[in-house]
Amino acid sequence: MSEAPAVEHRTPGLPALSLVPKAEAKQSMKDFKSDQEVRWCPGCGDYAILAAVQGFMPELGLARENIVFVSGIGCSSRFPYYMNTYGMHSIHGRAPAIATGLAASRRDLSVWVVTGDGDALSIGGNHLIHSLRRNVNLKILLFNNRIYGLTKGQYSPTSELGKITKSTPMGSLDAPFNPVSLALGAEASFVARTVDSDRKHLTSVLRAAAAHPGTAFVEIYQNCNIFNDGAFEVLKDRTSAENAVIRLEHGERIRFGADNAKGVVRDRATGDLRVVDVDASNEDEVLVHDAHAATPTTAFALSRLADPDTLHHTPIGVFRSVERPVYDALMSEQLEQAVEQHGKGDLAAMLAGNDTWTVVG
Amino acid sequence: MTSQVSSPTTPDRPVLGEQRKPAKETRKLDRVVIRFAGDSGDGMQLTGDRFTSETASFGNDLSTLPNFPAEIRAPAGTLPGVSSFQLHFADHDILTPGDAPNVLVAMNPAALKANIGDLPRGAEVIVNTDEFTSRAMGKVGYAASPLEDGSLSAYAVHPVPLTTLTVEALKEFPLTRKEAERSKNMFALGLLSWMYHRPTEGTEDFLRKKFAKKPELAEANVAAFRAGWNFGETTEDFAVSYEVAPAEAAFPAGTYRNISGNLALSYGLVTASRQADLPLFLGSYPITPASDILHELSRHKNFGVRTFQAEDEIAGIGAALGAAFGGSLAVTTTSGPGVALKSETIGLAVSMELPLLVVDIQRGGPSTGLPTKTEQADLLQAMYGRNGEAPVPIVAPCTPGDCFGAALEAARIALTYRTPVLLLSDGYLANGSEPWRVPELDELPDLRVQFATTPNHVAEDGTEEFWPYLREPETLARPWAVPGTPGLEHRIGGIEKQDGTGHISYDPANHDLMVRTRQAKIDGIEVPDVVVDDPDGQARTLVIGWGSTYGPITAAVRRIRGAGGAVAQAHLRHLNPFPRNLGEVLGRYQKVVVPEMNLGQLAHLLRARYLVDARSHTQVTGLPFKAEQLAAAIQEESADV
Repeated sequence: MSEAPAVEHRTPGLPALSLVPKAEAKQSMKDFKSDQEVRWCPGCGDYAILAAVQGFMPELGLARENIVFVSGIGCSSRFPYYMNTYGMHSIHGRAPAIATGLAASRRDLSVWVVTGDGDALSIGGNHLIHSLRRNVNLKILLFNNRIYGLTKGQYSPTSELGKITKSTPMGSLDAPFNPVSLALGAEASFVARTVDSDRKHLTSVLRAAAAHPGTAFVEIYQNCNIFNDGAFEVLKDRTSAENAVIRLEHGERIRFGADNAKGVVRDRATGDLRVVDVDASNEDEVLVHDAHAATPTTAFALSRLADPDTLHHTPIGVFRSVERPVYDALMSEQLEQAVEQHGKGDLAAMLAGNDTWTVVG
Repeated sequence: MTSQVSSPTTPDRPVLGEQRKPAKETRKLDRVVIRFAGDSGDGMQLTGDRFTSETASFGNDLSTLPNFPAEIRAPAGTLPGVSSFQLHFADHDILTPGDAPNVLVAMNPAALKANIGDLPRGAEVIVNTDEFTSRAMGKVGYAASPLEDGSLSAYAVHPVPLTTLTVEALKEFPLTRKEAERSKNMFALGLLSWMYHRPTEGTEDFLRKKFAKKPELAEANVAAFRAGWNFGETTEDFAVSYEVAPAEAAFPAGTYRNISGNLALSYGLVTASRQADLPLFLGSYPITPASDILHELSRHKNFGVRTFQAEDEIAGIGAALGAAFGGSLAVTTTSGPGVALKSETIGLAVSMELPLLVVDIQRGGPSTGLPTKTEQADLLQAMYGRNGEAPVPIVAPCTPGDCFGAALEAARIALTYRTPVLLLSDGYLANGSEPWRVPELDELPDLRVQFATTPNHVAEDGTEEFWPYLREPETLARPWAVPGTPGLEHRIGGIEKQDGTGHISYDPANHDLMVRTRQAKIDGIEVPDVVVDDPDGQARTLVIGWGSTYGPITAAVRRIRGAGGAVAQAHLRHLNPFPRNLGEVLGRYQKVVVPEMNLGQLAHLLRARYLVDARSHTQVTGLPFKAEQLAAAIQEESADV
């Protein structure tokens, strides 16, 4: 029962999900709502993400029973309780490890990890980077609110330096992680960023992530209106967003700002990226975004454009999406190869080995 | 008995040891203990393994004790770098690797110095004189050569220039001197094979296979091995050779092989997967002395075995738990420090009530402790080492071969009761080996389980629902509904769940009920009664142990009985829950003695649970008990009965 039973259920166009059985009937958002009362704080950004995911799932058309949400600990990790699929609310930081075992042993499942900045980048940092490098068929949604919510407001590994919180009354001392840079450095094959309040963009990123074979890493900027309210306001306010947000579209020149007046160019001296005012003289120098580039170098440079304090020049969208061998597929191939080479396991032969003797009664 | 032991050799293969009968005097012995000792780079473990295989195929009963440093190549010629392999073989059934060697093979001064203290007077010592240079002797504190200063006069010393003889024997081979020297362990093996009439063709086959890609090295090693054999035959220093007849009466009829604990455990896991009709998933992080299970299972992918070498101990068990949720027979393997890291996930498995095997190959602790030495000091960690009330069944094998059955038993409990199970082996069982009767497939237990496939509850409005925590009344096990099953979508986790529905619940009465129910489930696990060995019913003292002390305790009890004493013996394979008759058994005896390789952990549990005055006899040397010392200790404890 470990292998996908149903080749006839293949989902065309979604290589990541080709082994996952399709739903028999048309689904709606309601099918993905569980009977559990949602218990996040009123106004929490998690509500918007939940609605977007529940609204997006019918589009995949997968059998609901073959979808699993696995989470760790934290506010975001309550997510599986609200999805009417299989789910596991596990322990702090370990969701990628648990999901790895599930996805590697059950290729007929669509496995999603829901985690937060503390869960994925602090206590679970090791599992995150290793799942990315292995490229297991998992979709990791990291809700980044730059604060610890469930423990009531300590700074997190993505909080800006000098953050004043209950545990850092004089300001935090440690520099934050940039989750996109971290994922790219960990050999991730798919890395994207989106924002909780932008339903359309969030859905488009989910769509791309779902279609990706291997581990897809999606950072979702999420507002914690209790302990870190407005952390991403600069990216959401219509006026400020114009100059703060850089929308990445594969194959398009990277331009933003009022009348697309700004653009990203490569500095010839350093090879690094910088933002310039675009005019006729430099129009052609504006970088064309290539999410499928062979190396992650430019994607990494893009991830460094944002100022960690002001969030100015924050790119959102798919930074990188490349195909490389998927762990669970390789694992299955080895099992098949072993059978080809040695035949199907013969228990009696294995137990006896090569060196036996007989005692006659 | 009319049983007869036949050699495993195919009829047309000649047996060197029989073909070339030694011309010298032959003496018959009923048992021998040999210890090979050398530098950790000298190949002593391989030498011991080969002698063991020869001995197993000859039909002796045997028991082995490899003993090596944690360092891969400790500084050459030093005491910490000494690696040894002890083998006890006999014409009758034996239980331990032997208290003291009758023969020591010492490849250098360090090996002699580190081991001579364990030898009884009169023991034979074969030393490689080539290595007794003043520098090498100085390194281990010999001011004068022990071969010349009379300090070894209590022993029968055979000085043999092993290195020179090996190099001389290989002079026709295109090898450097250094390369030729490396075959000296095979020379020593040949000599010992001559001394004890071991069949030799198995070793020659082995060498040709091992060096298949370098035929000249294969032939050089075979030549060194034969030169050692011939040296014994021709030199005057070795006037006598010994016969230890096959242990005809020791074994019931059947097909036998030699097996180590870790190999038996690996086979047990593959077999459990086959008998349960579930794919095996191993999530593991390398750790001594458990890594060999990861290695072995990785070789059996054609059984559908998935092995996952994780980034750490926590990911190892995490991945296993994820696979268990998906319907695999899931296993994680480790040693004590790894169990500490896995504790939180074991607790999650207790809360989610999923089957999971946690294999702990115990080693000396605390902390890093003694990675390559044995101890059984993780019992209380297995029993209690989690936050909250988190009961976990515990199964402990008692011999290397029993690791096979213990793995099947642990799988039975995990699958039947949907619970993590701790399997406590140890370094002594893991690396030690013994003859093992290969089971017939139809003797193996049926471990098949039924996944939940349909709703199990009807709501008030008549709709059918699936309640993940609605239990089977007999076992209290909850249904195992795996993803992919339509209509049974459910969410589980580590937060307390409402009885039945499995929804999050913070209700005080519900938590009290759930804690007690989880405990009742484990307490109610069916385990076999403990069997007491009390031949004449006269004993007033009961000796009770668990795990790998079975061999030494049984050997000690035999000694006491042999000397006219009466002592009863029982051995626990199930530590949680204890067998139902255990309290009654303990109550029958005036004294209860509990030998353990820890500071009294089982004794602690027995005292707490049954209010008996259990007396501990403990040893934490990193080595198994010696039967003679243990017999004395048991007699002392029971003296005033």
